[in-house]
Amino acid sequence: MMEYALILVSTVLVNNFVLVKFLGLCPFMGVSRKLETATGMALATTFVLTLSSISSYLVNEYLLTPFGLEYLRTISFILVIAVVVQFTEMLVHKTSPLLYQVLGIFLPLITTNCAVLGVALLNVQTEHGFIESALYGFGAALGFSLVLILFAAMRERLAVADVPEIFRGPSIALITAGLMSMAFMGFAGLVRG
Amino acid sequence: MNLSLHSSPHMRTSNRVNRIMLLVIGALIPGILAAIHFFGWGVLINITLAVFTAVATEALMLRLRKRPITPFLLDGSAVVTGILLGVAIPSLAPWWIPVLGAAFALIMAKHLYGGLGYNPFNPAMVGYAMLLIAFPREMTLWLTPAVHDLTFVDNLRYTFLEQLPPNWTLDGLTAATPLDAVKTQLAQNLTLTEIHQGSTELFGAISAHGWEWINLLFMLGGLILIYLRVISWHIPLAMLATLFLVSGLFHLNDPDTFTSPLFHLFSGATMLGAFFIATDPVTAAATNRGRIIFGIGIGLLLYIIRTWGGYPDAVAFAVLLMNMAVPTIDYYTRPRVFGESRD
Repeated sequence: MMEYALILVSTVLVNNFVLVKFLGLCPFMGVSRKLETATGMALATTFVLTLSSISSYLVNEYLLTPFGLEYLRTISFILVIAVVVQFTEMLVHKTSPLLYQVLGIFLPLITTNCAVLGVALLNVQTEHGFIESALYGFGAALGFSLVLILFAAMRERLAVADVPEIFRGPSIALITAGLMSMAFMGFAGLVRG
Repeated sequence: MNLSLHSSPHMRTSNRVNRIMLLVIGALIPGILAAIHFFGWGVLINITLAVFTAVATEALMLRLRKRPITPFLLDGSAVVTGILLGVAIPSLAPWWIPVLGAAFALIMAKHLYGGLGYNPFNPAMVGYAMLLIAFPREMTLWLTPAVHDLTFVDNLRYTFLEQLPPNWTLDGLTAATPLDAVKTQLAQNLTLTEIHQGSTELFGAISAHGWEWINLLFMLGGLILIYLRVISWHIPLAMLATLFLVSGLFHLNDPDTFTSPLFHLFSGATMLGAFFIATDPVTAAATNRGRIIFGIGIGLLLYIIRTWGGYPDAVAFAVLLMNMAVPTIDYYTRPRVFGESRD
C-alpha cells in the first residue's frame, strides 16, 4: 500500500512530468491560455494517459516480450497511444460536443504529447507491474493536470498584467513556467529514488 | 443592514503604499535586532547589500521600462524585498550572494511581470529559492548563535574578501541550524531524546536556541501589524494553526521521531514567513476564504517538506508553491455577486 502511495506522490509532485522531467511541454504551453480549455485538456489527458499506460503495459507484457519483439517497443507504443487517443476523441465527440469543439486540434495532438509515450517507456524501464503501471500513468496525468490548471489560471492574470512589450505572450509564460519549476524543486528528496 | 449616509466632513487617512511599507519595515526591526544579536553584523551587512541592490535594480528597470522613477522608488516596496531577502540569507555569505539574489528577485520576479501589483511570485522568496538551489554551500554558512565574537570589521572582510582572522576557520564558526541538525540526526536513526541529550546547545527554553527569540520578536512585529490593520489575521493564523495541529498530531503519535509543535513554530523562518512573507498583499489570495486556504496550504507544505523533504526549512518553497495556486484559489473563492445563483 505504502509503495503505491509513494508512486503517486513521486509522479505528482517530486518527479512532476512537466516541471521536473520537462515532458509534455507542448500542451502545457499550447492549451493554457484559458482555464476552461485547460481543465478539459487535463481531463482528456488524464483519461488517455491512464488508459495508454495500462494498454502499453499489456502489449509489452503479453505481445512483445513473449515473442521477443522488444525492438518494436517504441513504434507499437505509438500505435497503442494513437488508438487510445482516437477512442477518446470519439468518446468526447459523442458525450460532450462542446468540449470537443473547445479542445479542437489539441485532442488528436495528445498522440504527440511526449509525456504519454514517456510514461509508457518509463514503465517498461522501471519494470513496473500492472497496478504500478496504471498508478504511474494516473499519477503522471494528475501531476500534469494540476500544473496545467494552476498555470492556466496564472496566465489569465498575466494577460492583463503590465508586462514589458518584448516579454508579452510566450516569453513571460516560459519564465513563469521556469519559476514554477524552481518552486517544485522544494519537493526534491521527498521520495527516495 | 445599516445604510446610513454620513454627511461631510469625512475623516481622511493616508493609507498609501509607502505608509504600509514603512510600517512593515518598522515591525521588522525588533526581529532584525535579535538576528544581529545572535548572528552578528553579517545580518546588517546582508540587509544593506540586498536593499541597495534592490533599489538600484528597481531604478534601472523602471528606466528601461520608461516608467516614472521617483514615485515608484519612494513606495518602498523594493526596500522591503531587500530587507526580507537580507534577513533570510546566512550572515557569513559572500557579498555577491545578497547582490545576486536581490537583482534576480527584482528583475525576474517583479519587473518582467510589470512591477508592483502584477508579480505572481513573492520576489524576495524567488531570490532566496534561486540562491538556495544554485549556491547550497554558501546558503548554509550560519554562525553558531551568540558564541562567536566576530567584530564588524572581521565580518566585513569576510563578506568582501572571504578572509577570516588568523586561527579562525569556517568550520569552527559555523554550525548547522537546529532544523538542519535535528533532521540530519533523525536520519541517522537517533531518537529525539538522544538528540536533546547529545546536543544541548541546539535547544533553548521553548524551541531552538537563539532562533526562538528571533521568531518571538518577528511574531511581536507581526501582531502589531495585525493590530494596525496593515495585514489581516487570516493567513498567519491559518498557517500557524495548521503547522501547530499537524506537527502536534505527529508529535503526540510518536514523540521520538517527530519534533514538537513549539520547535516548529519558533525555529527557522516560521514567524517571518507567517507574518511578513505569506501576507504580501500582491502575491497572497485576495478573499478571506481564499486567504485561509492559502495559509493552510503553506502550513501543510512547510511541515511536509521540513519533515520528509530534502531541505531543512521550507518557508520559501511553501510560499512559492502556494503563490502558484493563488489565481486558482481566487477563481474558486470569488464572492458571489448579489443575486447570482448559488451554483
